[in-house]
Amino acid sequence: MIRDITLGQYYQTDSVIHRLDPRVKLAGTVLFLVDLFLINNVWGYLIATLALAEVIHLSRVPFRYIIRGLKSIILLLMITVIFNLFLTDGNIIFQIGFIKVTWEGLRTAVFMGWRLVMLIIGTSMMTFTTTPNQLTDGMEKGLRPLKYLKVPVHEVAMMMSIALRFIPILLEETDKIMKAQQARGADFEGGNLLDKAKALVPLLVPLFISAFRRANDLALAMEARCYRGGEGRTKMNPLIYNRTDKTAYLLIFAFMAVDIFIGRFF
Amino acid sequence: MLKLEHVNYEYGQGTELAVHALKDINLEIRDGEFIGLIGHTGSGKSTLVQHMNGLIRATSGTIYLDGENIYADGFSMKELRRRVGLVFQYPEHQLFEVDVLSDVCFGPKNMGLSAEEAEKEAKEALTLVGLGEEYYKRSPFELSGGQKRRAAIAGVLAMKPGVLILDEPTAGLDPQGREEILNLVASLREKTGMTVVLISHSMEDVAQYVSRIVVMNQGQIVYDGKPQEVFGHYEELEKIGLAAPQVTYALYGLKKMGLDVDTDIITLEAAADNIAAALGKYEAVSGEAGMNGESTMPEKIMRKKDGMTGKENESKDGGTMTGKDRL
Repeated sequence: MIRDITLGQYYQTDSVIHRLDPRVKLAGTVLFLVDLFLINNVWGYLIATLALAEVIHLSRVPFRYIIRGLKSIILLLMITVIFNLFLTDGNIIFQIGFIKVTWEGLRTAVFMGWRLVMLIIGTSMMTFTTTPNQLTDGMEKGLRPLKYLKVPVHEVAMMMSIALRFIPILLEETDKIMKAQQARGADFEGGNLLDKAKALVPLLVPLFISAFRRANDLALAMEARCYRGGEGRTKMNPLIYNRTDKTAYLLIFAFMAVDIFIGRFF
Repeated sequence: MLKLEHVNYEYGQGTELAVHALKDINLEIRDGEFIGLIGHTGSGKSTLVQHMNGLIRATSGTIYLDGENIYADGFSMKELRRRVGLVFQYPEHQLFEVDVLSDVCFGPKNMGLSAEEAEKEAKEALTLVGLGEEYYKRSPFELSGGQKRRAAIAGVLAMKPGVLILDEPTAGLDPQGREEILNLVASLREKTGMTVVLISHSMEDVAQYVSRIVVMNQGQIVYDGKPQEVFGHYEELEKIGLAAPQVTYALYGLKKMGLDVDTDIITLEAAADNIAAALGKYEAVSGEAGMNGESTMPEKIMRKKDGMTGKENESKDGGTMTGKDRL
């Protein structure tokens, strides 16, 4: 069951999107998110959806795999949609007792749900097609100007990459410990909220211990290889923009311009 | 009795990463058997045993426990997991309680036993694995590696399973710890009469304990039989990244050289006796040949062995040692 959480995991395959410079994908994702919050009509959403569909198509990540990542946010999605649907004032479509549905509510609910799904898929497209290492490299280089403001860019990038790297490892570990406790009769599903919280203790304690153990091992391994921060560190594959990257930038800006224009003013 | 019929399992169905982890597994584990499940890393042995207590559901196929289909409606998974105890790899990583006794109580308590009953079972299990009363109130995290593992095994034993499956119980232990755990498992079986399935990638480890060996490779069962029968295929075993015990190699090697040894022997002591006896017989027959200046069989073998292991094996008294001394 825990394997179903595909959010934030790399999907190994070869595609144009996978080969793009991580900085392009980072900037593209951020711009896409900004775009999603600026548009507010159906046409804007349709164009954004089409653009995202094309990216998915080019990335060769199976659609079913992407959809599985949405499972984890389904509850959040439902709550957002339901709250917006029933608690927005405006022109009433129909009313049963104190429950009323308004045009405005329907509109916001649909847009919010749509936006949330696109947000998740958009950001997961980045992690599906970019390895954590590339991502950090991209971030480190892209945010380099911040160094002059005394922001520890390298350290932050390293922490991020380690955190991302550990997600699948900890998921696997969780799966293993869960099974080991289930083999001893633990029940993670049944019972009320309190029972469920209690059932987590046999899972969380070993998980924390293993996380600390891993952190310790990693620190030791880094020390053994003389890691001492970003000062004077060189890259094996330095990031350089090529033609595809430049084209991608152009396409992203073109998309932004068109989508925001249509999405706001039509 | 545990019976698997045409069990298939696929990881990550529907993605490019789909892996056919188990392919048409048919296996019957009879009561009281002591089985060694051997396979290379990634051969599917851990996946297979997780089917046996319902942690993984087969993509297709059926599993019967004492004739009952475990996938049938109303079959209790909890009950299945009580009856088929599974000790995971590095089981000490599952310890979480404040003291050893409460940790071992976790299983029986989950099975619905009262605190006193659970404690009784836990104490019994701890005694079985050789952890005395002085350990009850100690934190599981301050035990030594081997003791932690014993405590974790007790955690499964406390549920009184009829079938005990151990997934590489010796992984990460030193030779002494390894032998202790294996002896422990053997004695557990003797004392309780449980069916035991021991997973390992080392034939050496299981050879002298188990009565049946099942070899897996790439999700399939390739050999299933008595240890002697399976070891006879040592050449094929090597091709799939496994090896027969060294004793088997030695005996087959000697046989090829013309010595009348019994290749079915698996333990070191028996092999030594057998070789000594065979050498004695040989010398009796070809003794005169040796007088005529030709080298005798023992000398031939010893020369070959010295060549391999260097000077430390140089014989001190001119090749008159018996095979037993040599070994």
